[in-house]
Amino acid sequence: MSFELQVNGKARTVDAEAETPLLYVLRNDLGLAGTRYGCGLGQCGACTVIIDGKAVQSCDLPVSAAVGKNITTVEALGTDQALHPLQQAFIAEQAAQCGYCASGILMSVKALLDVNPDPDDAAIRAALDGNLCRCGTHSRILRAIKRAAKEMRKA
Amino acid sequence: MAQAKEAAPRKLPGSLETNRRLDRWITINADGTVTVTPGKVEIGQGILTALVQMTAEELDIDVSRIRLVPATTAVSPNEGITSGSRSIQEGGLALRHAAAEARGLLLERAAKKLGVTLEQLTVKDGVVSARSGGSVSYWELATPDLLAREATFDVVAKGHEEHEVVGTSLARVDLPPKVMGKPVYVQDMVLPGMLHGRVARPPGPRARLKSLDAKEVEAMPGVVAVVRDGSFLGVVAEREDQAIRAARRLARSAQWTQGADLPANDPRHLLTLKAETEVISEKGDPATAGARQFTAEYTKPYIAHASLAPSCSVAQWEGGKVRVWTHSQGIFPLRGDMAQALNMPEADIVITHAEGAGCYGHNAADDVTMDAVLLARAVPGKPVRLQWMREDEFGWEPFSSPMVVRLNASLDDKGNIVNWGHELWSHAHSTRPGGKGGVNLLAAWHLEKPVPAAKPGNPPLPGGGSHRNAIPLYDFPNQKVTNNLIRESPLRTSALRALGGFANAFAIEGFMDELAEAAGADPVEYRLRHLKDPRAKAVIEKVAQMAKWKANEKGDGERGRGVAFARYKNLAAYLAVIAEVEVGEVVRVTKLWGAVDVGQAINPDGVLNQIEGGMIQSASMALKERIDFDKTGVTTLNWEDYPILKFGEVPELEVALINRPEAPPVGAGEGTQGPVAAAIANAIYNALGARLRDMPFTRDRIVAALSA
Repeated sequence: MSFELQVNGKARTVDAEAETPLLYVLRNDLGLAGTRYGCGLGQCGACTVIIDGKAVQSCDLPVSAAVGKNITTVEALGTDQALHPLQQAFIAEQAAQCGYCASGILMSVKALLDVNPDPDDAAIRAALDGNLCRCGTHSRILRAIKRAAKEMRKA
Repeated sequence: MAQAKEAAPRKLPGSLETNRRLDRWITINADGTVTVTPGKVEIGQGILTALVQMTAEELDIDVSRIRLVPATTAVSPNEGITSGSRSIQEGGLALRHAAAEARGLLLERAAKKLGVTLEQLTVKDGVVSARSGGSVSYWELATPDLLAREATFDVVAKGHEEHEVVGTSLARVDLPPKVMGKPVYVQDMVLPGMLHGRVARPPGPRARLKSLDAKEVEAMPGVVAVVRDGSFLGVVAEREDQAIRAARRLARSAQWTQGADLPANDPRHLLTLKAETEVISEKGDPATAGARQFTAEYTKPYIAHASLAPSCSVAQWEGGKVRVWTHSQGIFPLRGDMAQALNMPEADIVITHAEGAGCYGHNAADDVTMDAVLLARAVPGKPVRLQWMREDEFGWEPFSSPMVVRLNASLDDKGNIVNWGHELWSHAHSTRPGGKGGVNLLAAWHLEKPVPAAKPGNPPLPGGGSHRNAIPLYDFPNQKVTNNLIRESPLRTSALRALGGFANAFAIEGFMDELAEAAGADPVEYRLRHLKDPRAKAVIEKVAQMAKWKANEKGDGERGRGVAFARYKNLAAYLAVIAEVEVGEVVRVTKLWGAVDVGQAINPDGVLNQIEGGMIQSASMALKERIDFDKTGVTTLNWEDYPILKFGEVPELEVALINRPEAPPVGAGEGTQGPVAAAIANAIYNALGARLRDMPFTRDRIVAALSA
């Protein structure tokens, strides 16, 4: 079946079966590999994208359910020339080890900061409840998010 | 005495000893860049950045000039396995000395060209200048023959006081593309015409395929091939989602023998099995009895690496030869095992490393590579990408072995330890590819012509496997340490961060707390009084100072703090930890303090990042983690079955590095596991009076310990 999707501000047409998870359409049909597969069950958050302003795990969301909605992936966060403040802060705080969880975490936090530019520690941790990190970089990630939020409020 | 006719070649530093040609490591390019080909690989630990620093330092070039080539069996030096926190000592020291020799050769050429002596030369970012005037760059001087020679060790690397790049916290070279969501992992590889594979595993390790009706699967949309070889089953399809659906259907279409004979899941099952017993340390008279005797038994369950990304590989056959991309920690041993399993020459297999997600030991990276090669063989010419599903990874990765540690000690009338006994029971901690007399690849055991596994074993002491960190660093007058190795295991076991050091250090440090209490001593002071090594004492003193530890401090029924210490492998990183816990419905670790000494810190922030990550991971394992299985197979198959510490639960961290630039650099990556678990157990005791000797520290265990 053919589906028309709004991805990172562009209309994209893809051919896939209706129940195919959005994740595979993004990665394999649209070449947006920044959204990662971690569990396929919506438990780890590596595949998080923003759909109509909300952080959503794309690994168990059928592509048919994403039609007509605005989908944002990590590729639209910043550009090589102008990194998003969150990306800059992750580098400044060296807030990664393997980095595999980073895309999903960045998108969960972007969705949070879009509605709450000055979140406290508890709000950040709550927004990341669906994101796992196995390397144990949590404290650096929390620090990076606070740093980015501060930068973004200044801007 | 007969004189040797030729002097034996000099022993070279690190992996240079086994890969002596300089051009195996470094190439100076005419375009102003330097190509570096390490055999060690990035597994999320940031090693490449440290290797860049060590190389740039000796060459006197800017770090930005270095181009790293992914390790490949085609050209890279064989550095064995990237494991055991040995990459700095092996790969780092090799590059340090290879770079120093390369610089020496370049300076010789420069001196000739400029018509001056070596003493007159200085180097800045690859430009060699003579004091008397005139300069020439590496890029002009280098020719392909320059490094086409073996290292001599005639050139001495810089002393630490000369270091300008080493010892700084250079930002990780690999992070920017990762936080930009670029396709950097093997999971992201795309080759022209690439197909997707999935495997359908048996219901358990003993089950075998009885029959299969593959017709339905073969007719599914996109399916290109169904692969069956003995009990190895898989599918290749055009689209990834098609491969997933087809593999699920394939699993349902297969009839398996059950092989339901796994024992109950209890580490103490080890005590019932036939063991190979070896006394690994004996000192004084282990029969010495002090005034008071104590015993305790500690255990650890099966635990998983549980990398965030299930393992993945891409393979392509062409004319009977295969190229494969993998996140394996050891591409050369993997090639050897694959050649045996496929009955083909090693030269016809080219394995190239591509990054995966965080790797904490022998996970399924090697297995998925073999799987991908088997699937791709069915579609010659076509690349096949295979990523295991989450349930494949949890169900089939090699686990860290369960362990039982029994300790006994005698105290004299002053409370000092006069006798110490440590006896442990464990399965093997090393079943990586490269073993002797078999093949350590999952699929190889399931083939129609199966290749048996190599004999499971342990890396030898002093590093050790199950016996890693079993010999106490404390100075006891009488001691005996006994290792009971049970090679055959219900579930496959292999290396996971710290290996046996996790359970051994957990047990030693828990027991030290028990003995300190029996002696009426403060646990910090008690440890210090039994240690001679000044660096060991220094990290304990440092962490006590950071946490404002008060002698004999007591918890309040909810909150408590505990301390622990270990030197990883008794020869690498020193780490002391203080944990603060709050016990309500569950145990919450609220803060961890750490003090670490890795000798010379090549990249101080990189060391801290490793220690911090290890602390959180160890806390997660100690509080929550356990692989479960029934008679047939593993039942912990997803993150709900196997919860790990989440953002809402992670402790605050405060870690200090005691940098010793004058001391040899040692690995940092695995030092945390035992001490953190023990510090948490000791903190729980301090808070509640409940002594937890079995991981994980669940609510049920606390309730049981309170009523004991």
